[in-house]
Amino acid sequence: MKSSRAGFLFFFLPVALWLGLLIVLPHLELLRLSFTSSRDGGLTLSNYSAFFNEPIYWLTFVRTALYSTLVTFIAMALALPVAFYITKVARVQAGGFLMLLVLVPFWVSELIRVYGWIILLRESGVINQLLMAAGLLDRPIEMLYNDVTMVMGLVYTSMLFMVVPVIGVMDALDDALIEAAYDLGASKTAIWRTIIIPHCTPGLVSGGIIVFMLALGSYLTPNLMGGKNSLWFTEQIYNQIILYFNWNQGAAFGFLLLLLSSLIIWLGLRVTGQSLKDVVK
Amino acid sequence: MRNALSVQNLVKRFGSFTAVNDVSFDVEDGKFFSILGPSGCGKTTLLRMIAGFYRQDSGRILLNGQDMDGVAPNRRPVNLVFQNLALFPMMNVFENVAFGLRRRGEKGPAVEAKVRDMLERVGLPESGKKEIGQLSGGQKQRIAIARCLVLEPAVLLLDEPLGALDAKLREHMKVELKALQSKVGTTFVYITHDQSEAMVMSDRVAVMNNGVFEQIGSPQELYHSPRSSFVAQFVGANNKLPVTLSGGATPMASYARWSGLRTTAPAAGFSEGEPHDLFIRPESMVINPPEDSGFNILPVTVKAILFDGGNSRLLVSPSGTEDELTVALPQTRQYDHIRARDEIRVGWDPSASLCFRRSEWKLYDEE
Repeated sequence: MKSSRAGFLFFFLPVALWLGLLIVLPHLELLRLSFTSSRDGGLTLSNYSAFFNEPIYWLTFVRTALYSTLVTFIAMALALPVAFYITKVARVQAGGFLMLLVLVPFWVSELIRVYGWIILLRESGVINQLLMAAGLLDRPIEMLYNDVTMVMGLVYTSMLFMVVPVIGVMDALDDALIEAAYDLGASKTAIWRTIIIPHCTPGLVSGGIIVFMLALGSYLTPNLMGGKNSLWFTEQIYNQIILYFNWNQGAAFGFLLLLLSSLIIWLGLRVTGQSLKDVVK
Repeated sequence: MRNALSVQNLVKRFGSFTAVNDVSFDVEDGKFFSILGPSGCGKTTLLRMIAGFYRQDSGRILLNGQDMDGVAPNRRPVNLVFQNLALFPMMNVFENVAFGLRRRGEKGPAVEAKVRDMLERVGLPESGKKEIGQLSGGQKQRIAIARCLVLEPAVLLLDEPLGALDAKLREHMKVELKALQSKVGTTFVYITHDQSEAMVMSDRVAVMNNGVFEQIGSPQELYHSPRSSFVAQFVGANNKLPVTLSGGATPMASYARWSGLRTTAPAAGFSEGEPHDLFIRPESMVINPPEDSGFNILPVTVKAILFDGGNSRLLVSPSGTEDELTVALPQTRQYDHIRARDEIRVGWDPSASLCFRRSEWKLYDEE
C-alpha cells in the first residue's frame, strides 16, 4: 500500500509540476494580465474590447480559424487515401517502408522544412528555374507569400499527425467489411462513405484536433511562407508582446485563441458524435 | 429445372500454383449445394471467383444463364456470407439488413417493409434496433444471412459460416439453416471442411481436393459409392487396410498374413502386386460374426473401448500388426462383456468393402 502510493507520487509529481509550473501558473498570470490596464494597472475590459473594436484584430482571428479548419480538412482528405494505401493496398513490408517515408521529413526541424519550401518556390528558386529552362515562363513568378502556399505549408507540416492516427484505425478495419459492402452492391464511393470513413472517424477526429491546434498555434510556417500578408493571429500576439511590449493586450489575445480552439474542438466532437474520451484513447 | 449457377472448366492459378483446376458443375435452382474439402483444397478460391473477387484464368461462370466474366462483385446477382460474417459494427441490425437495398437506391417504406419481413423470416423480428455487439453468435449468423437474402440473390454463397460457433450451437444451426433454405427456396452454395455439415444440409455435395472435384453426388451416393480413395476416406469414417490384389474379375486381397480376403474389384482395374487400400466403414464391421456368414473375418485384439453413446466404437488391432481399425459398437448390451486386451473376431460383408489404388494426401493440416 505504502510503496504503491510512493510509486504513484513518483510518477505523478513530474506531471503535476509540469502542468502546474508551465501551464496553469502562466495562464493564471496571463489571465490576470489580460484584465489589467497597460496604462494604470487597474482592472479593465479594454484589452478585450480593443479586439472587437479593431476590425484588423477580429478579421485576422476569423481568418486564422477558417484557414485552420481548411488545413484540417485538407489533411483529412489526404490522409485517408494515404492510410488506405499503406494499410490495405501495399504489401506488409512495403507498408512499413511507406510509413517511414511519411515519417522521414519530421526528423528535421520545422524551420528546415519550411526553408526547403522557400528554396523550391522563391523567385530564384528551383521550380522557377526549371520552368524558365523549359521555356514555359519568360520571367520568374513569385510563388511564396500567398494564401495557397501558406495553406499548403501548414498541411505539409501537420500531415504526419493526421496520417498516424488514421493508419491506426484503418489498420483495425477488417478487410471482409469492405468486401462485404462491395458484395452487397456498394460502389467504391458508397464503401468510403458508409464503411471506411465511419470506421475511421475516431482517428480522423483525434488527428483533426491535433492538426487544428497545430495550425491555429503555428507561427513559423504562416510567417515564413505567407509573409506579411499571412495575417495569422499568432503574429498579432507576437507583435503585441515583443514589438509593443503590451503584455496585457497579448494576454487577452492569447485567451481568445484558447477559447476559439476549445469552442471549435467542442463543435467538432458534437458534430461527429464522438466523445473526447474515445478520441484520446 | 434450370440452373441457377453453372461453372464451366474454371481454372485459377496463383503463380505456378494451380488453386482451381478445370472445375465444372451445375447447381439447379433452389438446391442446397455443398463443396466439401480439406483446408487449402481451393474451395475458398472457387467461391471468391463466383462472388467476383477473383477473376478466373479460364473457364466461365454463368448465373441464371448469364456470363459473369468482367462483372464486378457489386453487380453480380450473388451474395456471400463471410466466414467471420462481416456484419457492419458501425450500423445497427436494421441498417445492416437494409444496406444492400439502400445501395440499389430503394427508399422509405419499401425498405422498411422488406427488412421487417426478412427479420421475421429469420426469427428475429424485434432485433432491428439492436447493435451488432448485442447479438449472440447464432443471431449474428441469422442477420448475416438475412442481409444477403433480402436482396433475393440468384445464389447465396456461404463460406464456412458455422466454423466459429461452438459444437452444440453448430448442430442446432445445421438443422436451422437447412430449414431456412427450404423455406425461402434460394439456391445455396455452401463450402465447408466439415463432412457432417455437408451431408446433413445438402441436396448435392462436391468433394474437392487439390483444386479438382473428385466426385459430385448426393450425400448417400458419396457415402455408399465413393469413386476415389480420397472420397472414401473424407466422407464419413472409414478404415483403411493396405492390401495387394490377385486374381481376375473377383479378386482376392492379401493383408499382412491373411490372404484370400474377398473384395470388389477397383473400378479402374488393377494389376497384381500393386499396392491398394481396402476401405471398410466402422458400421459395416460386425463383432464376432458366425463362421458360416460368408464374411471376411480377422482375429483382432481390443485396444480400447471408445464409448460415445450411440456413436460408440471399439479400437482394435488385427493380431500381430500395429494397424488400427475402428468398429461400431452397438449399444444393445450384447457386447458389454468386451474389455480392453480381449481377443475377438471382426468380420465384414465383402460387398460392403471398397478397393482403390493407393494414393497419398493430407486430410487435415497438423497445426
